[in-house]
Amino acid sequence: MLGARRWREQVGRLWARPWVPPLFLLFLVLLPILLAAQQGVSPDRLLSLVIWGTMLGSILALGAIGLTLVYGILRFANFAHGDLMTLGAYLALFMLTLLPQGPPLRPFSFSLEFLVALGLVFPLTGLAALLVDRFLYRPLRFRRAQPVVLAMAAFAAAFFVRSLIYLFWGPDFLFYYVGRPRPAMEVFGVLLRPDQLFILGLALLLVFLLYLLLEKTKLGKAMRATADNPDLARTCGIPTERVALWTWLLGGGLAGISGVMLGLDAQLRPEMGWFMLLPLFAAVILGGIGNPYGALAGAMVIGIAQQVSASFLNPAYAPGVAFVLMILVLLVRPQGIFGRPGG
Amino acid sequence: MEADTLIKSALLALPLAFLLLSFWPGRRALAWLAPALLLALLLHWVLPTGLLAYLVSFAVFASVFALLSLGLNVHWGYTGLFNIGIAGFFALGAFTSALFTTAMPSGALALYSQQAFGLGMPFLVGVLSAAILSGVVAFLVGLPTLRLREDYLAIATIGVAELIRLVFQNERWLANGPQPLRGIPRPLYCLTDGPSCDWLPTFLHPLFAGLEPRDYPYLYLVLVSAAVVLVYLALEKALRSPWGRVLRAIREDEVSAAMVGKNVFAFKLEAFVVGAMIMGIGGAFYAHFLVSIDYGHFIPLFGTFLIWVMLMLGGSGNNKGAILGAFVIWGVWTGTAFLTDTLTPFLAAISEDLPARSPYLRYLFISLVFMAILLYRPRGLLGEEKTVSQFMENAK
Repeated sequence: MLGARRWREQVGRLWARPWVPPLFLLFLVLLPILLAAQQGVSPDRLLSLVIWGTMLGSILALGAIGLTLVYGILRFANFAHGDLMTLGAYLALFMLTLLPQGPPLRPFSFSLEFLVALGLVFPLTGLAALLVDRFLYRPLRFRRAQPVVLAMAAFAAAFFVRSLIYLFWGPDFLFYYVGRPRPAMEVFGVLLRPDQLFILGLALLLVFLLYLLLEKTKLGKAMRATADNPDLARTCGIPTERVALWTWLLGGGLAGISGVMLGLDAQLRPEMGWFMLLPLFAAVILGGIGNPYGALAGAMVIGIAQQVSASFLNPAYAPGVAFVLMILVLLVRPQGIFGRPGG
Repeated sequence: MEADTLIKSALLALPLAFLLLSFWPGRRALAWLAPALLLALLLHWVLPTGLLAYLVSFAVFASVFALLSLGLNVHWGYTGLFNIGIAGFFALGAFTSALFTTAMPSGALALYSQQAFGLGMPFLVGVLSAAILSGVVAFLVGLPTLRLREDYLAIATIGVAELIRLVFQNERWLANGPQPLRGIPRPLYCLTDGPSCDWLPTFLHPLFAGLEPRDYPYLYLVLVSAAVVLVYLALEKALRSPWGRVLRAIREDEVSAAMVGKNVFAFKLEAFVVGAMIMGIGGAFYAHFLVSIDYGHFIPLFGTFLIWVMLMLGGSGNNKGAILGAFVIWGVWTGTAFLTDTLTPFLAAISEDLPARSPYLRYLFISLVFMAILLYRPRGLLGEEKTVSQFMENAK
């Protein structure tokens, strides 16, 4: 037994070195790439898969950052987060029917009113998340319910939101702009649609704004402190309920935007968010719960792994790839790559 | 009195006796058979044949869900394991039993239907294999996750359930996915067909002569209710044993349980495997009644969420509650199908798209029920009974 303990201490010390977590991250990214190369996938194709993976990763990151903040600050696994993404995507669709339709902003497939809808989705989805909190999570929180009961409530909320979407929009695949061509163009030998570049750019911009919020504002610091240790934060005089309110607005809004991006990239369907749930949690766990930068890195790894593995695996199993990576991390480093022991 | 009424009443008497037995347990279980038979005859006399047949097949489905809900009770009710991937074990049990009991498709059928193997084994072997395979998968899932925080198990079970469904959807060679796997044998079906069973002694043939193939649910109800009763009795025994007490200790306070020297991880793993095995059995019973199954039956809403609502409504930690919840929620689920049918004209008045989507109203309703239970009655209808030991039955 002493041997096992010494082994664990050694491993713990190893993880504490600054270069080990990034190296492990690199290993996780390279693993599917090497597997694909071994299956005879050409370097050109691998490059474009990695770039598509980065785009998927940046969509995932917006969802995962919200999820990890909620997870860290309110201490429960929000299984409704994927369905908040779906809600955001459909809310944008609803607003497109209300707004007058302009000419397409070439080279993109969308028009000006889409950007207006995108701007409105952020507060609306955030508000929806806040409403669920007011009516469901907060009463349970005040009753000092166990985190697992809150997770169960989130599970119920997920089905509630999804059944509303089924009821209002039906089970079929929908598109923001039906019949509008979405041509791809070649950028350095990689086929990309302009929409995808837009998604990537917007996601990076939002992540940067989020970084400013978390690092430079008082609210951001309070959020990070609460995610780190809620009891200590409360002792220091941080109003945790107000932090919770902003967390829902921010996390819900980000989820909504990432849902719209997902819908713009492919199509809208009521289960789109549920299918994202596994990659989202994989990203959060990979990066360590409550750590937004970890979630960002985790999302990139998962996004790239999912796209690259599609070259040698049935793409239907993409959630399975995220799941396998998550189990791998749970076995090697349960607190996440950037997490601390006992997290 | 006609022969078919008599045999159907006799078949109905068994599940009714089980029901009476669970409400008024006594030493002599067989004593309930006579009143149950009378009750069954009375039901035949009072209710129209169609309605009774409907109730019987309703009870079959509700009993299958009772099995799943009992399995979940071992996970959540006893041990506090948050499994939201019930659909995975449900599907695994159903497909495993189907593969073990069907014959390999041959001739022209082989062109349309593929499966990895078809052993043509008896029904009970199928059920057993379903339980074993579900248990093995639960063991493999539990091994890396049960040592960690409780919500990691939940995420892992979602993952496994999705993965199992994806496999049965995409792998044609395995179980004919995405097409349904057809021709799953119905146990004792030959009794309703003549009877044409070759193992049945000839002098018993007249007894079943009144049965027709459409009366099959009566026979199946006997089988599935027997399974429910066996699982129920075994779980009640286990709950009152030292093993069950440790599980509840872990649920209440893991650290204290570890402090008195219990291997928390091992007990959790045992409970997880046992619960998953019961879910696998439930899946097997589902498959053999439906004859044809596909991956679409095992979507999270139907295969996981509904069962959670059943357990939470009935009262988690209470096996009677798990069974009661299954019957009530299955009643609500099938009942709301009628309700949405009658609502159709009103829905059409609101929007022309709505009537086609009215099935989703029940999803909405069930999720509202679940949230209401969590907020206003977390202990469910029956709540947990205070049980200490089988030797202190009356200690309250």
